[in-house]
Amino acid sequence: MATTIEPITLPQLSNDEIARYSRHLILPEVGMEGQQKLKAAKVLCVGTGGLGSPLALYLAAAGIGTLGLVDFDTVDSSNLQRQIIHSTKDVGRPKIDSAAEKLTALNPFMKVVKHETMLTSHNALEIIHDYDVVADGTDNFPTRYLVNDACVLTGKPNAYGSIFRFEGQASVFATEEGPCYRCLYPEPPPPGLVPSCAEGGVLGILPGIVGVIQATEVIKLILGKGEPLIGRLLLINALDMRFRELKLRKNPDCPVCGTNPTVTQLIDYQQFCGIVPEAKMAPVQNGIPQMSVKELKQRLDQGDDLFILDVREPFEYQIARIEGRVGGHLIPLNDLPKRLNELNTAQEIVVQCKSGGRSQRAAEFLAKNGFTKLHNLAGGITAWSNEIDPKIPKY
Amino acid sequence: MTIEIPTPLRVYTGNQSAVAVEAATVSEAVASLLARYPEFKKHLYTTDGKLRSFVNLYLNDEDIRYLPQGEESAVQASDTLSIIPSIAGGD
Repeated sequence: MATTIEPITLPQLSNDEIARYSRHLILPEVGMEGQQKLKAAKVLCVGTGGLGSPLALYLAAAGIGTLGLVDFDTVDSSNLQRQIIHSTKDVGRPKIDSAAEKLTALNPFMKVVKHETMLTSHNALEIIHDYDVVADGTDNFPTRYLVNDACVLTGKPNAYGSIFRFEGQASVFATEEGPCYRCLYPEPPPPGLVPSCAEGGVLGILPGIVGVIQATEVIKLILGKGEPLIGRLLLINALDMRFRELKLRKNPDCPVCGTNPTVTQLIDYQQFCGIVPEAKMAPVQNGIPQMSVKELKQRLDQGDDLFILDVREPFEYQIARIEGRVGGHLIPLNDLPKRLNELNTAQEIVVQCKSGGRSQRAAEFLAKNGFTKLHNLAGGITAWSNEIDPKIPKY
Repeated sequence: MTIEIPTPLRVYTGNQSAVAVEAATVSEAVASLLARYPEFKKHLYTTDGKLRSFVNLYLNDEDIRYLPQGEESAVQASDTLSIIPSIAGGD
């Protein structure tokens, strides 16, 4: 049973729109009435990045009447490997402006509403309230749970998609009869266990596939046609090019959408996901002293005997490393437990990785194994490239 | 039977995408996997032996939480056990 959006009077289509949407109009599953429903519909696209790019573009092409965009980020050149709504000249520009411009160029009949803000517990309900369907194209667990809960609380379906390396998931959550995200995953993974696209990498085409699947589901929900992914989890493996489907059940004990919900308002999702807010450059985190790249440079210049431990993967070491006598001894993070004998507790060790996350975990591990003279290089090699040696490539 | 290992968790199985085990039930299959790859246990199970809820176990296409025998469900050699973790990438 699909959730359908039933506006009271459907907007008329102009002759230009009829010409534009002719391939939809001649499809029995769409027709004039279907196209009018699309025009009447208001869809919120959370994120204009990997998933948001194809999602928003195809919704614009399909003739959605109002498309809301939520994004507060700026376009970076590393986005262009997959975020196809942005182009080279947009680097440095707010993503929302870049996206809105391309969407309006593709379909000037569509109204674009920009929400240049981070979606939070303070604004989510108010923002989502004005829309009929939400498409989640975000990239972190706290926001995923926030979007889910807000959709359940406001009664708006959530066309969900997520990606990791070359695998994707898609479903439709938060319909009245179907499960919500928390029915599938009541608990988020501990921070740092599942890397983001920035840390784990992602095949550029993957959000293209998943984002369009999300757009398809949005359109089907609005038209009330076809079989939406309600109660179904679609798994995509782009490397094997295999698609699998798993059954999802609505959990009667779900704290948000179950029969006796305990979550009746939005919570602190950062806290829910175990992310403790840190001061910008807290001198000590979880017992490990943080060293800035400037401080490292200073201490090396004055001849201090520091041992740099690089816990990245060999392929990262090949892309970029701090050169010369400063260069790190490489022991990838997962190999560390087996290779502790290569280190000496008498040495003063500075642990380094790409941006400071893995090196922090490595340092905490070493601290539990008898090492006391430890520092985490805050910001990692990325910070070294930004602040000390711009010749080091960022990746 | 085959246990399919998703990408984010392959780091604990020496990068293997599927592991073959001999087992009569789901719990036996999992025990076999954990015996071979103890790192899994630390990340996927709580201290009182329960599967953490950011990971789901599916026997073919059914979530084991909803099977009548749950983890004690019988398995055939041709069955597939899938571990489905939550992923959040989108950007």
